[in-house]
Amino acid sequence: MKKFTLHTGIAAPLDRANVDTDMIIPKQFLKSIKRAGFGPNLFDELRYLDEGQPDQDCSGRPLNTEFVLNQPRYAGASVLLARENFGCGSSREHAPWALDDYGFRVIIAPSFADIFYNNCFKNGLLPIVLNEAQVDQLFKEVEANQGYQLTVDLERQVVISPSGDEFAFEVDAFRKHCLLNGLDDIGLTLQYAEDIKAYETRRRQEAPWLFDAIHN
Amino acid sequence: MAGKTLYDKLWEAHLVRQNEDGSSLIYIDRQILHEVTSPQAFEGLRLAGRKPWRIDANLATPDHNVPTTARSGGVDEIVDPVSRIQVKTLDSNCDDFGIVEFKMNDTRQGIVHVVGPEQGMTLPGSTVVCGDSHTSTHGAFGALAHGIGTSEVEHVLATQCLIAKKMKNMLVRVDGELGAGVTAKDVVLHIIGVIGTAGGTGCAIEFGGSAIRSLSVEGRMTICNMAIEAGARVGLVAVDEKTIEYFRGRAFAPQGELFEQAAAAWKSLVSDADAKFDRVVEIRAEDIKPQVTWGTSPEMVVAVDGSVPNPEKESDAVKADGIRRALKYMGLSADQKITDIQLDRVFIGSCTNSRIEDLRAAAEVVKGRKVAATLKQALVVPGSGLVKAQAEAEGLDKIFIEAGMEWREPGCSMCLAMNPDKLGPGEHCASTSNRNFEGRQGFGGRTHLVSPAMAAAAAVVGHFVDVRELMAQ
Ligand code: SF4
Repeated sequence: MKKFTLHTGIAAPLDRANVDTDMIIPKQFLKSIKRAGFGPNLFDELRYLDEGQPDQDCSGRPLNTEFVLNQPRYAGASVLLARENFGCGSSREHAPWALDDYGFRVIIAPSFADIFYNNCFKNGLLPIVLNEAQVDQLFKEVEANQGYQLTVDLERQVVISPSGDEFAFEVDAFRKHCLLNGLDDIGLTLQYAEDIKAYETRRRQEAPWLFDAIHN
Repeated sequence: MAGKTLYDKLWEAHLVRQNEDGSSLIYIDRQILHEVTSPQAFEGLRLAGRKPWRIDANLATPDHNVPTTARSGGVDEIVDPVSRIQVKTLDSNCDDFGIVEFKMNDTRQGIVHVVGPEQGMTLPGSTVVCGDSHTSTHGAFGALAHGIGTSEVEHVLATQCLIAKKMKNMLVRVDGELGAGVTAKDVVLHIIGVIGTAGGTGCAIEFGGSAIRSLSVEGRMTICNMAIEAGARVGLVAVDEKTIEYFRGRAFAPQGELFEQAAAAWKSLVSDADAKFDRVVEIRAEDIKPQVTWGTSPEMVVAVDGSVPNPEKESDAVKADGIRRALKYMGLSADQKITDIQLDRVFIGSCTNSRIEDLRAAAEVVKGRKVAATLKQALVVPGSGLVKAQAEAEGLDKIFIEAGMEWREPGCSMCLAMNPDKLGPGEHCASTSNRNFEGRQGFGGRTHLVSPAMAAAAAVVGHFVDVRELMAQ
């Protein structure tokens, strides 16, 4: 997995609550059996005026010029400012894949849906929860200042604004450790293979019906 | 010491180890796989040279993008080439790794959350995961079940475990008696209306109270199915006699003596009387009427005798803005009566409402009636091949067809429109599914979530109507 330590980038404000994963990446693109290439279809229904199709060249499609990511001042944005309950809905990991493929590294919101929040960490994307007032302040600043950039220091757990204001955030120690070092979860878990086997031996005694039951 | 909740008990029974950093390793008894969220997981496994930890803990079936029209031609005749590749990829991955799969034309095929319990793959006291957020459905049987992302699907395949953090305990208690014509779907939509789509974030919600106890296990599945729409990954209902009896004789459930042994253990799968919940919400069953969503989030819901809200009357600016945006997308006006919403299509199906009781409830309403001439389509899509066979044995298919509805093959269908069943731009649909997000049922489509009986009633008159009034006629 990609490491995340320190990041500075242009912030883009997506000013709506309850942005769901269908909105982040519509279902027709979920038919892909690959992990990459979802960036051009990130926020497809908000970003373009027509209905997108998988494997289509998006360069000639009509753009919704009102949509925030289509405004030149937010070109190359890598920090997404969002509102409450971001990433609600389906468990599709295609949502963080699309955000990552587009170039986002950080999402800042007052709250996230659980599954999406979890999926971000598996893909080197950092979701940050700040309180409503802080998020409001960032929205105001980003809208007022062209080229507004935010810095995120994961080690110190702070978001730093251009004026030097620091906003502390919480992150689970395990997830932080994995992100800082770019660790692969599966490899980590397999270090505990003996614990898993011991659990299985015990569990077979207690609940034998949960073993060897599914076969043709 | 305070007693334990059902969730506490399930969590403790599956704890493999607690890491120093506060994360835990949880053992997973069952994983269900489908074509959309598994290909990248299998690919990851291959790239790392890993093998599944336990083949017999997995079951697969394609559901999200299989066609629901006649499909005797098999996978090769799926018209959409991208869907075809995805279904074929699931088939070949399961064949390669030796995982049991109910392929598209197997009568046991169906929507993952219908198939799991139907086969006795899901069992009380087990942990169940699937790369699909509606895995919360299986909690109706006292199983700890939740959706996961594709990286976690791979993690479970490779290690039989998940790295997890304990959730909070929330209890939603519905006491009293549900009125005639008020179903499990109305109960859960009403709950979401009360607590909001983020009301259960970070929590496992246990649904209790006399109204939940009196529901059938299928009704409880409908409730737990939509726990995720209230923000909770996990929904739970305590085990009782109904739960235990449901599993007797199911294919992958224990049989004979072993069943009795399991049943004795399952009886303890209830929250202790003195268990402590972090949050409790109480709802009176008598307050619940048939529900209809008007907007683009499941919390945008009102009773069928109500009206679409007016953003001018909302004091919270972000909420008022959300209402305005939803009204625009839905093509509705503020204060419009719900019963004035004209419909283009009706969809009865999805993992929320495609089981036999749902189909019976819909058939009872349309029996001897005809679908309104103004409707373009009314689809009935059973949740599995076995549900379909049962419905046909009861003659329900004929009732639907005579009323002018289409009787289809099992799958997710218009719930998320990854297959050819979809709404056109601007079309209004009365749907028994679980999400009314923008574009969910088709680009520009407008979804209204309702119960099967309400969807059937709407099909007959062409707009929303209180099913209780229709049935009284
Ligand atoms: S029926 Fe709908 S919600 Fe259920 S699993 Fe299929 S797509 Fe998901």
